[in-house]
Amino acid sequence: MKLVTFRADLHLHTCLSPCADNEMMPKAIVNEARRKGLDIIGICDHNSTRNVAAVRRACGDGEVAVIGGVEVCSEEEVHILALFDEEESLHQMQQLIDVNLHGENNPEYFGEQLLCNECDDIIGFEDRMLIGATELTVEEIVENIHRFGGLAIASHVDREAFSLIGQLGFVPDGLEIDACEISTLHSITESRDSIPQISNYPIVRSSDAHRLEDIGRVSIAFTGTSPCAEELSRALHGENGREVVL
Amino acid sequence: MTVKEMIQGADLEVKAAANCLDTEVTGGYSGDLISAVIANAEEGNVWITWHVHPNIVAAALVVKLAAIILISGRQPEEETVKKADEEGIPILVSKQPAFAIIGKLNNMGIMGEK
Repeated sequence: MKLVTFRADLHLHTCLSPCADNEMMPKAIVNEARRKGLDIIGICDHNSTRNVAAVRRACGDGEVAVIGGVEVCSEEEVHILALFDEEESLHQMQQLIDVNLHGENNPEYFGEQLLCNECDDIIGFEDRMLIGATELTVEEIVENIHRFGGLAIASHVDREAFSLIGQLGFVPDGLEIDACEISTLHSITESRDSIPQISNYPIVRSSDAHRLEDIGRVSIAFTGTSPCAEELSRALHGENGREVVL
Repeated sequence: MTVKEMIQGADLEVKAAANCLDTEVTGGYSGDLISAVIANAEEGNVWITWHVHPNIVAAALVVKLAAIILISGRQPEEETVKKADEEGIPILVSKQPAFAIIGKLNNMGIMGEK
């Protein structure tokens, strides 16, 4: 089977995340991704998957593929990215988050949480406080992501706030994360030097873009047969000649 | 002051390593960023935290903390108790929130300047 190289920015927010710019709308995101030469974008809003379908529809059959996801906040305030290929998996993840996330958003303090369609029209406002922490431990989050067939990536481990290393000091024993993400703040070498433990895990880099101009600021390339989370997983594990290029 | 004396004075409940309470307390540190605890807390300190995750025991071992105090009646995870018992790191629970328990410890002469 022929392997193709895909350029991917796996961690983008949309206008649904309270801290993201309101211009982070589906069509605008897809256009920017295309302009930056990305083949794949991962949509990972805080604790919500509810704008993924609109971004997917905005892509249509175009050259950019969408991997649906969510950035879940654990009770220890650790952010974990969950990436899925199946709609049903996203739905299961969302149900789990909904019963474990409490509080109502105050847009004045935290920002608006816009639900959109694929034409960049606002179709509603999310009332849940997406910026909050769920009552799920990191272990429960990773275990459930895998149960639903997804990939679990520890967000921006080189950052102090909301990262697995910052909040918990170490990668907990037996936590089966599929990769560690390094942010735009540090190079991979710097991060490996300051957090030697992450060398035990595959590394990805993504932009964590909250503004259009940040999309694709850093990215990875991986080889596989199709632009999906399953092929990304194989590349992370170096299966059958597949690889991730940083 | 030993950990045992601190427990009596500050009304703490012992959840793990009840046989390791004779360590001398050198001071206190408070915070919920475990990376900051590792960087700043000192040997013999008690650590006041909201975290109940097993990694708190690992952090305590790295720094050689005298004990960990969980605030607001937080209950340690089962795995945390198991590890703490194995490693001899006392886990103590205060019914009070952080601000109140730290004030009480200060009044007892346990200080934290870092």
